[in-house]
Amino acid sequence: ISSSSNGPKAEPMLLDHDPDDLFAEATEEVSLDSPERQMILSDGPSPAITPVTINPRADVFDLSFVSHENRDTFDIQISVSDPEKVGDGMNAYMAYKVTTKTSLSIFSRDEVCVKRRFSDFLGLHSKLASKYMHIGYIVPPAPEKSIVGQRLGRRSSAVTELDPDAKACLCCRYLLRTVKQPALLKDPDVLQFLESSELPRAVSTQALSGAGILRMVNKAADAVNKMTIKMNESDAWFEEKQQQFENLDVQLRKLHASVESLVFHRKELSVNTASFAKSAAMLGNSEDHTALSRALSQLAEVEEKIDQLHQDQACADFYLISELLGDYVRLITAVKGVFDQRMKTWAKCQDAQVMLQRKREAEAKLQHANKPDKLQQAKDEIREWEGKVQQGERDFEQISKNIRREVGRFEKDRVKDFRVVIIKYLESLVHTQQQLIKYWEAFLPEAKAIA
Amino acid sequence: VQFGAFQHSCSNKIYLLLVRSVSVDLNNDASLVIDIPDALCERDKVKFTVHTKTTLSSFQKPEFSVPRQHEEFIWLHDTIVETEEYAGLIIPPAPPKPDFEGPREKMHKLGEGESSMTKEEYAKMKQELEAEYLAVFKKTVQVHEVFLQRFSSHPIFRKDRNFQIFLEYDQDLSVRRKNAKEMFGGFFKNMVKSADEVLISGVKEVDEFFEQEKTFLLDYSSKIKDATAKAEKMTRSHKNVADDYNHISGALNSTAADNNTAFKKHLEKYAEVFEKLRKLEDRVASDQELKLTELLRYYTRDIQAAKDLLYRRARALADNENSNKALDKARLKGKDIAQAEENQKQCLQKFDKLSESGKKELTSFKARRVVAFRKNLIEMTELEIKHAKVRRLKCCVYHYMFTRQCSGSHGKPGNLREF
Repeated sequence: ISSSSNGPKAEPMLLDHDPDDLFAEATEEVSLDSPERQMILSDGPSPAITPVTINPRADVFDLSFVSHENRDTFDIQISVSDPEKVGDGMNAYMAYKVTTKTSLSIFSRDEVCVKRRFSDFLGLHSKLASKYMHIGYIVPPAPEKSIVGQRLGRRSSAVTELDPDAKACLCCRYLLRTVKQPALLKDPDVLQFLESSELPRAVSTQALSGAGILRMVNKAADAVNKMTIKMNESDAWFEEKQQQFENLDVQLRKLHASVESLVFHRKELSVNTASFAKSAAMLGNSEDHTALSRALSQLAEVEEKIDQLHQDQACADFYLISELLGDYVRLITAVKGVFDQRMKTWAKCQDAQVMLQRKREAEAKLQHANKPDKLQQAKDEIREWEGKVQQGERDFEQISKNIRREVGRFEKDRVKDFRVVIIKYLESLVHTQQQLIKYWEAFLPEAKAIA
Repeated sequence: VQFGAFQHSCSNKIYLLLVRSVSVDLNNDASLVIDIPDALCERDKVKFTVHTKTTLSSFQKPEFSVPRQHEEFIWLHDTIVETEEYAGLIIPPAPPKPDFEGPREKMHKLGEGESSMTKEEYAKMKQELEAEYLAVFKKTVQVHEVFLQRFSSHPIFRKDRNFQIFLEYDQDLSVRRKNAKEMFGGFFKNMVKSADEVLISGVKEVDEFFEQEKTFLLDYSSKIKDATAKAEKMTRSHKNVADDYNHISGALNSTAADNNTAFKKHLEKYAEVFEKLRKLEDRVASDQELKLTELLRYYTRDIQAAKDLLYRRARALADNENSNKALDKARLKGKDIAQAEENQKQCLQKFDKLSESGKKELTSFKARRVVAFRKNLIEMTELEIKHAKVRRLKCCVYHYMFTRQCSGSHGKPGNLREF
């Protein structure tokens, strides 16, 4: 069976011109005169960078996904904010404000605000996964509500529930990834989620959780493993890509673990700096030389401020890089899932062929027996299975085509995503260094004043 | 001016690091100038080159150098401690043994893993190893050099015969080593242990100055010990962060190696960013250690030396009290009065001498401490500012590069250099 109507394409993969693809003309070029560039670099010999507040407020991070798109063709901004507690006692939950600003015509209004709870996001994801995964679309993974704590040496991997602001941030990123995908943006469930004031409660949250989807993905993988006839991959592209994603999965996980270690050690640095600050203050108190005593107290103050900087930097480490990698690890799982779905589709097609063959054999046998009504039935069944085989082949072609396009889009997006995050991370570092320079320059005269 | 050169031959020996350090304040007097311009590290042993320049006639030559090992420095220290005349002086604390455990472990790993590493990985690890050796070297040379300069800048110590032998004698001093250590090493330790107890619960202090010093030193001693420990933890955390940057860089490179799309070049660039971040973080950590942690470590030891002086004086005070009591008893009994009088006179003399000399020592100790803190805090601050500026600049450059970058093309490197 031929596996694809498209031949293998050269990398990097360009988007097929698909009339449904709203972003066919989107470019990534950021012009040198674009406003955000000017905000970032001034003309002076030592560039001043506008300080970026590093706190996990969603709106700081939603810009990262919007500002680098060409404004004309992709104009949608989403923010998730203002978590507030609704209800009392056992039935209490956190509600988030989801604001969508857009000029796209598929939306009924320019700006709309709705209230959603966390399980609504999971519900949306579950619906999209069940609709699109089996035809080869990479559905963005659902936001996690907890993180497995730093899996490092001595630290036990405790599951830490994320605070509402952090969850808001993850939910926002989830929605942005979802709307970036042309097919999903038009999906009525997505539109309903963003626009309608009332949303039917998503039931059975267990099935909707990340773990539930994982189970569904694993079922596909199991089906693949149980295939008695391994798919004869005549399309090298799929074989190559599958291997690449396997490798990427392993490497991203390693990378993610290293970044989690960075976050952990940065937090430790913050704690140790604060502890040193206190100790230096005590030493200053004990010191009987007045000027030195003063300088030591001031050193303690500087270190305290630096401790705060380390905490902020740890936040940036986490919310920018660690979370990006976490997202991608989950995305890769989704990608591997669609590859498995393709195999499953192929298997179904194979099964249909086998069935057709059997029906044909049965018909042939009946030709020589003299049972006209059974013969008719057999002929009907043959037609039925011929139809199934054709449908199976079409499905397989379609899913293969979709996957090629999706993988191309994924590969293009990841370049953008990583770059945006690195840029923001560099900004956070510059901000930290600016502050450090400020603090130490203020302390220097104090040190020199020791007489 | 500080610079280092490093070689690593395949027979697992490390050869020399040329480290010239600049310690200004203790070398003010040109009549006797000591420094350690270089040191050689071979397996466990470190050989310091002790270089002396002098106008004093008590020395045979105006300029000369001798090789000395750490143990010989300890011999000098122990000899001075045992010298009764110096009981009223603060004995410069012995330098700690050079600790190359960290880098040595790393070298072992390097040797073992050589076959399984790529050429780049091996070269990178070797570079890190060199940097670690250099850092340990700087520390140990600095502390051994300061030790000697304490003697050379002290009006009494500089005339000490054993000190001169240490500087001049061009043979190995090991002959004298064992006796001193065996005899006095353990005893000295016991003395130090009970010193605090004697100071705290000792005889009633008659002198306001010493009463205040005692209170101050006991309190300061515990505070500076604590500050040292906290500074060490802080430095270690910096090193851990640098390590993490290293792993991240490596992981990005591995990911890039397996990739054949446009992503590859980006990943390699990001790996470069993290590698630069690592280098800078390492530098911050080692400078902080050298200027702050080492300063605190040194003065923790020096405070102990000052406390030892107080202890010796407290012992002399107790002896004095006892000799007075013995004299009274003798007078009462009418026996051995002359002997008791002589004993009392000697104890009083000793006590007075210790008090007079101790007062001077403790006063100059404070001055010395203030100067050292000032110098190191200024240097540390200036280095922090420098590193932060470099880091800011580098991040700006990368930021500029990445924001300019269109998919597929790169920013022009020439422009960046100007920037």
